[in-house]
Amino acid sequence: MIEFVGLNAINGPLIVLDGVPKAGYEEQVSLRMANGETRMGRIVQMEGERAVIQVFEGTRGMALDNTRVTFQGHPMEMPLAMELLGRSFNGSGRPIDGMGEIFAETSADINGLPMNPVARVYPRNYINTGISTIDGLATLIRGQKLPIFSGSGMAHDKLAVQIVRQAQLTGTDADNFVIVFAAMGVKNDVADYFRRSFEEAGVMDKVVMFLNLSDDPIIERILAPRCALTTAEYFAFQQGLHVLVIMTDITAYCEALREFSSSKGEIPGRKGFPGYLYSDLASLYERAGIIEGSSGSVTQVPILTMPNDDITHPVPDLTGYITEGQIVLERELDQKGIYPPISVLPSLSRLMKDGIGEGFTRSDHSACSNQLFAAYARVQDARALASVIGEEELAPADKKYILFGRLFEEHFVNQGNLENRTIEQTLNLGWQLLSLLPKEELDRCDAKTLEQFYQPEEARKTFGVSAED
Amino acid sequence: MKESAVWSINGPVVTIKGATGLQMMEMVYVGKKRLIGEVINISDARTTIQVYEPTTGLAPGEPVIGTDGPLCATLGPGILRNIFDGIQRPLKEISLQSGAFIPEGSDVPSLDMEKKWQVKLSVQKGDQLSEGQIFAVTQETPVIEHRAMVPPGLSGEVVSVVPEGEYTVNDALVVLKDKNGKEQELRLAQKWPIKVRRPVAERLPVDRPLITGQRVIDTLFPMAKGGTAAVPGGFGAGKTMTQHQLAKWSDADIIIYIGCGERGNEMTQVLQEFSELADPKTGSLLTDRTALIANTSNMPVAAREASVYTGITLAEYYRDMGYHVAVMADSTSRWAEALREISGRLEEMPAEEGYPAYLPSRISQFYERAGYMKTLCGKEGSVSIIGAVSPQGADFSEPVTQNTKRFVRCFWALDKALAYARHYPAINWNTSYSEYLDDLAPWYAEHISPDFMQRRREISSLLLEENKLMEIVKLIGSDVLPDDQKLILEAARIIRVGLLQQNAYHQEDTYVPLPKQLKMMEVILYFYEKAKQAVARNIPISEILEQGLSDRLVKMKYDIPNANLELFDDYYKEIDRKINSLLERAI
Repeated sequence: MIEFVGLNAINGPLIVLDGVPKAGYEEQVSLRMANGETRMGRIVQMEGERAVIQVFEGTRGMALDNTRVTFQGHPMEMPLAMELLGRSFNGSGRPIDGMGEIFAETSADINGLPMNPVARVYPRNYINTGISTIDGLATLIRGQKLPIFSGSGMAHDKLAVQIVRQAQLTGTDADNFVIVFAAMGVKNDVADYFRRSFEEAGVMDKVVMFLNLSDDPIIERILAPRCALTTAEYFAFQQGLHVLVIMTDITAYCEALREFSSSKGEIPGRKGFPGYLYSDLASLYERAGIIEGSSGSVTQVPILTMPNDDITHPVPDLTGYITEGQIVLERELDQKGIYPPISVLPSLSRLMKDGIGEGFTRSDHSACSNQLFAAYARVQDARALASVIGEEELAPADKKYILFGRLFEEHFVNQGNLENRTIEQTLNLGWQLLSLLPKEELDRCDAKTLEQFYQPEEARKTFGVSAED
Repeated sequence: MKESAVWSINGPVVTIKGATGLQMMEMVYVGKKRLIGEVINISDARTTIQVYEPTTGLAPGEPVIGTDGPLCATLGPGILRNIFDGIQRPLKEISLQSGAFIPEGSDVPSLDMEKKWQVKLSVQKGDQLSEGQIFAVTQETPVIEHRAMVPPGLSGEVVSVVPEGEYTVNDALVVLKDKNGKEQELRLAQKWPIKVRRPVAERLPVDRPLITGQRVIDTLFPMAKGGTAAVPGGFGAGKTMTQHQLAKWSDADIIIYIGCGERGNEMTQVLQEFSELADPKTGSLLTDRTALIANTSNMPVAAREASVYTGITLAEYYRDMGYHVAVMADSTSRWAEALREISGRLEEMPAEEGYPAYLPSRISQFYERAGYMKTLCGKEGSVSIIGAVSPQGADFSEPVTQNTKRFVRCFWALDKALAYARHYPAINWNTSYSEYLDDLAPWYAEHISPDFMQRRREISSLLLEENKLMEIVKLIGSDVLPDDQKLILEAARIIRVGLLQQNAYHQEDTYVPLPKQLKMMEVILYFYEKAKQAVARNIPISEILEQGLSDRLVKMKYDIPNANLELFDDYYKEIDRKINSLLERAI
C-alpha cells in the first residue's frame, strides 16, 4: 500500500490531500502522525486526484507536513464474531475494554445495504415489556422501530433499562435474545448507569456496547450507530438471534451530523440541519426488521431528547415519519410523580394492529385499547372545560371522565420500576377503569365484548369509589 | 457509445470534466459496477450526473458510458402484480439474484423477457395503423386484458403479422412500413421516457366520481376519476392508512401504488395484504390490478426522485389502453425532499426552507399528468392522483403542502386531534374541501338519488353548526345550551361517530357502497327532524336521548350488512314508534 506524506489543507475534522491517483468514494483511510499515533478516517468527497477525508478522532495535533496517509482500498468495515458479546467498543468499533482485538469471523461494510422490501417479513410477533402503557396501548412488535421521545431530565433511561430487563420473547426464542447498545454523545454517568443496570440484570454477557460519550469526537458519533447496527444485523441475520438495539441519544447524533455538515460547507435546511437528515436517519432506522430465510430479528428502541420538549423539532419530527410509531414522555406526568411518564394520546405503535388480539395477546385487546384512547381523549376535553368553569359546574358525564382520567393515570400509566405486569393484568385493569364510565359512553366496542368485561360494581369496589362519584 | 471518465464524487452527484457530448437527461452507466445515472447539468467545463444507486467505492477515472436516450420505463405485460424500485427494476428478481439486501449495480430487465404470453392479434397485412392504435391483446391477469399499442409517433402500413400464439415481450409481432418507407417492428413492450407525458387525443371534463367506499370521502369530499387529491397530515395521523384504504377499495381498474421514501415494513404489508384481499367488484385478488413501486426511505435518494415519474408513466400507459387508473403517491414530501437534497449537492440557490426554486413547477407538472382523457385509440381512460403530503411538524404552511394545495382540487386534511382520539379516517371536515362537488352533482343525481347532494348539504351544515356551538361549549359547558342546540350537538355527534368514523378492520364497515351511505345520511337526518319536532313541543332532550336511538344509529354501520339495506326500515319504524309515543304523552 502506498503511503502519502503530507496534507494540503486541514479544516475542522476534514483534511484535504492532493495527488491521490486511485481511491474510491467512502474508502477507509488510516493516518499516522509524527508521534506514532494512528487515526482513522474516510473519504467524503473525491475530485480528480483531490480527496477530502474526514478524520474520526479529530484533527488536533495534525500538521500539514507530519501526517502520513494510507488508503485501505475498501469502505469502513466492522469486524464481526460471536465473541463481540459482552464487549465494549468506541464509536468507530475499536475495543475499549482492554480485552484485546477481535478475531473476526467475517466483516461487513458499516453502511449496510438497503433491505429489499420483497424479502422482508411483516413483523407480527409482540414483545411483552411488562409495562401497561406500552403493552396495552402501543405494543412493541419484534422487528419494529419504536422510539422514545423524551426531554432532558425525564426518566427515559430508566424506562429503557426496564424494557431491556423485562422484555420477554415467547417460548424457545427467549434464549436467543441479545442486546446491542449504542450511546451517542451521552454523559459519562448515563453510560455508566446503563452498564451497571445491565450487570445488575445479569445480562451483561448478552450485551454489546458501543460508547461515544459527550466528550468523544463527533465523527465517531456518526459511526457509532452504524457499527452497532452492522453488529445487530450480523447477530440477527447470520446467527439467527433476536436483537434489541437501544440507541441513545439520537438528538446528539443529529447535532453531530449538523456540525459535520457545516464544516463541509453544505447548504443547511431547517434549524441548520442538513437537507439529507431524513435520508440519513432512515439509513439507520430502516435497518430494523425481519428477513425471509432467517430466524432472527432486529428491533430498535432509539431514544431522543426533544429540545425544549418540542415535538415539532426536526429530530423528533423526521424520526416520527420514519419509525413505526413513538412513545412520548410528558413532563407534566413526570412532575406529578407518575412513572413511566408516558403521554398516552400521542404514543402509538403502527404495527400493533396486526400483532395483537386472538393468537397473540387476547381477543379483546384492540377494543380495550381503542376505548381507552377514546375515553382518555374525552378526559382532556373535560379538563379543558373544568379549567374554565370549575370542576363543580361540570355535567355528570364530564365529572365521571375527570375521575376516570385521574384513576387511569394513577393506576394504569403509573407502575413500579420493578413491576412486571402480564398482558392479562394490563387488559383487565383497562376494563376495570372503563367500567367506571357509563355504559353508553363506550362506543368503540361491540355489545358482546362489553357484556363480558363491563363490570361497574366490581370496578367501583376496586378503586373505592361510590356510584354517585 | 460515448465513453468518458468520472472526475468528482459527492454522494449521489458525480461530475465529468470537460465536454462529453452527453445530452441533458440522458441515462448513463457510471463506473465499473455500471450504476445507473442521469445527466442533469452540462457546461463546457463539466457534466453533472445524478446516480440512482449508492456511490460507495466509486473512484475518479472510472468509466461513464452514455446510452443516447433518456431514462425510460419499459411498458408491457408483466407490470401488474409486480413490485419495482424507483427506476423500475423488479425487486423480486433482484432478491432472487442477490438475496435479502439490494446490492449496487444490479442489472435486471424490468419485465420478464422469457415469459411467453398468449397473444391475439387484431390487425391484418395491409391495414393502416396510426399511433396509439391497439394491434394485439393478451390476458395479463385474470381481470386485466393487456392491449399492445403502436408507440406514439409511429404510424404506417402493416407489412407482416405473426399468427396468434405465444410470444415474449420482445418478439416482433407486426412489421410496419412507416411514412419514410422504413420498416419498424412492433412488440408487446415499448419504452417511454419517464419524465415526458404520454400523448392523448384530447382532455375530457371530469364528471364521474372515483368511488372509494369511504363515507367521509364519497359523501362529503368526493373525488373525480381523472382528478387530483392531496392527503396532508403529520406523522401518526393516518396518511398511509388512508392511502391503503383507497388503494384497496376505490373503483379504478388499475392501481399504481408508489411508496416513495416510506417505510420498508409498510411496503411488505401492502404486498402481503393485497395478495390476500379480493376486489369487491371482480372478486379476484387485489394484486391482479396493482403494481407497486417501492423506493423505501433508505434506498438511494435520486431513485426516490425518479419513482413518482416511473409510477405516473406506468399509469398513463394503462390509461392509453382505456383503463381508469388511480395513482397513490406516498409521500410526495419525500419526493420534494429528494429534490432538495440533490439541489443542495448541486449548490443551487435555495428558495423557501432550502427547497429549490423549481419546486412549484415540478409539483404542478406531476399533478397535471392526471386527467380524464380520450386516448389516441379512441377509448376513454383516466389517471387520478392521490398524493400524501407529510408536512414538517404537521405545519400546513410549509412549502410542499402550500404548493400542492395550489395544484390539487381535493384536499383531505388529516387532523392529529382526531387521530389521538382514534377517530379514523382522521379527515377533518372543517378544513378539507373538494372542488369536484359541482362537477359530480349530476352523476350522483342520476345514479344514486336526486336528493344526494341535498342530504350532503344538510349533513355538512349540521357539522358546521356544531363547530360554532362548540366554541360556546368550550367556554361554558354544554349544560346551559337550550334543548334545540343540544339536539344539534347530539345529531352532529351521531354524524361524526356513526357516519364519518369508519372502521377499516371491520368486515362490513371497511367498504360501504354509495346506496348505504345515502341511507345512513337519510336515517340520521330523519331522526334529527323527528327529534326536532319533539323538542319544539317542549319534550326535554334528556327524555329523547333516553330512548337509546342515538346508540342504535351510531352502531348501524356494523348492524346493517352492506347487502341487506331493507333493515333500514326497522330504524325508521323504531324512531317513529319511540318519538311518537313521547309526542303522545306530551299532549
